[in-house]
Amino acid sequence: MVEWSENERSIISNIFSNLDYNDIGPKALVRCLIVYPWTQRYFTSFGNLYNAEAISTNPKVAAHGIKVLHGLDRALKNMDNIKATYAELSVLHSEKLHVDPDNFKLLSDCLTIVVAGKLGSAFTPEIQATFQKFLAVVVSALGKQYH
Amino acid sequence: MLSKKEKDLIKEIWERLTPVAAEIGADALLRMFASYPGTKTYFSHVDISPNSSHLLSHGKKIVLAIAEGAQDISQLTVTLAPLQTLHAYQLRVDPRNFKLLSHSMLVSLACYLGDEFTPVAHAAMDKYLSAFAAVLAEKYR
Repeated sequence: MVEWSENERSIISNIFSNLDYNDIGPKALVRCLIVYPWTQRYFTSFGNLYNAEAISTNPKVAAHGIKVLHGLDRALKNMDNIKATYAELSVLHSEKLHVDPDNFKLLSDCLTIVVAGKLGSAFTPEIQATFQKFLAVVVSALGKQYH
Repeated sequence: MLSKKEKDLIKEIWERLTPVAAEIGADALLRMFASYPGTKTYFSHVDISPNSSHLLSHGKKIVLAIAEGAQDISQLTVTLAPLQTLHAYQLRVDPRNFKLLSHSMLVSLACYLGDEFTPVAHAAMDKYLSAFAAVLAEKYR
């Protein structure tokens, strides 16, 4: 089981309580689709993804980014049992969406960079390490039900 | 594969960061040590605490090497030849760590450049650092 210190819990809680989901969600997904273009394979129904400009202004991408970011709320509320919390979503991503679990790491790296860009030097090495630990646990949980 | 536009963008960014090479390099190293403690094992013989002189000089060295490579990306194998030898035969840093430092460097760039570190710049930089790491590891075996 993953252990969280009081300090780590408060770092994670602070990051998310100060996050504008409507801004960060879209930015993270947009960045993922641009930096790792092969991830676009999962979004063929989203219309125009032909270039960075199109991706950045695509309303379906933006809406989906917000949805995905809110998906992290479950982990926030259940930090002591993230694995079980994401069992259902893991099955969904595996059986229905057929998403290669390697992609979860790509999106989480992009989210880290978007948050870093937003917070600047306030995103200290310690805070980054804790944030990455949190995302790594979620990523692992999302991959757990694949077989 | 890097387009001409991307190469120009990468060159321009690193030229701008050269004056703060020590700051950026030290920041990237600190981030790497905090997130990936295994990377500290290569520095057990020196003081790598924040603001230590070794951290700053080492960070500067790394950033200047990356900046030099960016001057002419098509010549990376030539430019990095001495560093290839150093890493392969002397330092023997496991090349998986190059990825960890690259990621940490991208975060440092995001913190330092803010909105200027656009998705397009990020993509170009990620590709460049991957290419740099691959060339650096070429003499390992």
